[in-house]
Amino acid sequence: MALPTGPIIGIMVDNLRLRKSVIPLSKGKMTGWADGLNLPRGGDTVLYTGLMYQLMPSIVAMADRMGRFENSPIRHLMGLGRLANKVVNLSFFMARSRPEIRGAYNDRLRTIAELLLDADVEFGYLYDEELYSGALVYDNGVMDVFARHARRVHDVLRRRGVRRVITVDPHTLNMFRDVYPKFVEGFDVKAESYLEVLARSGFKTDVDTGGKVVIHDSCVYARYENVLEQPRALLCGTGAQVCEPDYARELTLCCGGPIESLFPSRSKEVARERIGQLAEWGRDVAVMCPICLFNLTEAAEASGADVRVRDICEYLAEARPS
Amino acid sequence: MAKVNAEFIEEVRAGEFNAGDCMNCGVCTAVCPVGLELLPRTVFRYVVVGLESKVIQNAETIFSCLLCRMCEVNCPAEVHITENVKFLRAYINRKVFKLMRN
Repeated sequence: MALPTGPIIGIMVDNLRLRKSVIPLSKGKMTGWADGLNLPRGGDTVLYTGLMYQLMPSIVAMADRMGRFENSPIRHLMGLGRLANKVVNLSFFMARSRPEIRGAYNDRLRTIAELLLDADVEFGYLYDEELYSGALVYDNGVMDVFARHARRVHDVLRRRGVRRVITVDPHTLNMFRDVYPKFVEGFDVKAESYLEVLARSGFKTDVDTGGKVVIHDSCVYARYENVLEQPRALLCGTGAQVCEPDYARELTLCCGGPIESLFPSRSKEVARERIGQLAEWGRDVAVMCPICLFNLTEAAEASGADVRVRDICEYLAEARPS
Repeated sequence: MAKVNAEFIEEVRAGEFNAGDCMNCGVCTAVCPVGLELLPRTVFRYVVVGLESKVIQNAETIFSCLLCRMCEVNCPAEVHITENVKFLRAYINRKVFKLMRN
């Protein structure tokens, strides 16, 4: 039995409206990845994480618990849960994440920042002022709440004098590049993916990894944002042999996200099919979206496939000059 | 039983929903990674002819879509399928889930 859609979307929407994120995170969880990097606060150009990597450990925990409710009578209590969530932040209990998973996602963000610093890209960071992009609420069609949030994001950027953002995931890039300009009058902040920035910077590596890497394109990079050549060029630059699986580039197959919380079983089926396709082409798989990373890693573990799913930044970091 | 709702047709026409070019060829259904049988073409047909109750009955299917655009890049009529899906979600959020004020 499917979970009740209305109350679950309602909880996300209430959280975004009241607590500025679909799953509220503490300051430490939002910004801990940047500890010790001494990134300047704000500036003309900032690395804008959109909190996607920081949210994934909580989404992992939430999806796991929601999956258990799918065939349980508890699913009928979601409406009451939504009412309670307006007073008490339920995700504090429902989305409690494992420290090792949070650490791994933080490491990836840190790696992305270090890759940019190595390429002499100058950027700041907004630390706890940075807001979630609102992508999930936009995708689920709650446009008035999303529009208000988009204006909130724009206000923060304007207050800090930000004119350009470097994003780390496809969903945040899509919000900045295509969606905010439709919802916020006078939105003029330029946005690029860190993959585009690195590719343009002439990213060079010292180590020739020489391995075979199966590339999994993100739906949003491939079909919304045309970020196709840059990840390939970057991987080739490490000496890797980039392997194009069935359904690559514009015809990439989805990882099953972002419906993990609403329809966990259906999401897992899609991910299982995709990991099966990728496994036929090689052992090392590169993904470029934290949602793909979560869904495909979980599918690989569940299916027992001999596949190692890693974020593209990890392949790049392995080959960067020491 | 379902009844055509003229007000629903008016509201859809005034909005950004546009599936007038859909030829009902079925490519979208064939390539959908979730294997949705009703979405997009059957649900879009309900919308175009004003069967609001059928659209609302299929809310779960409408929210199952991944918005991955596999259907859209393969659509020979170049229908903006994901924008239409988001339009329907917004409609259901407003009319059924009461999540939007306007």
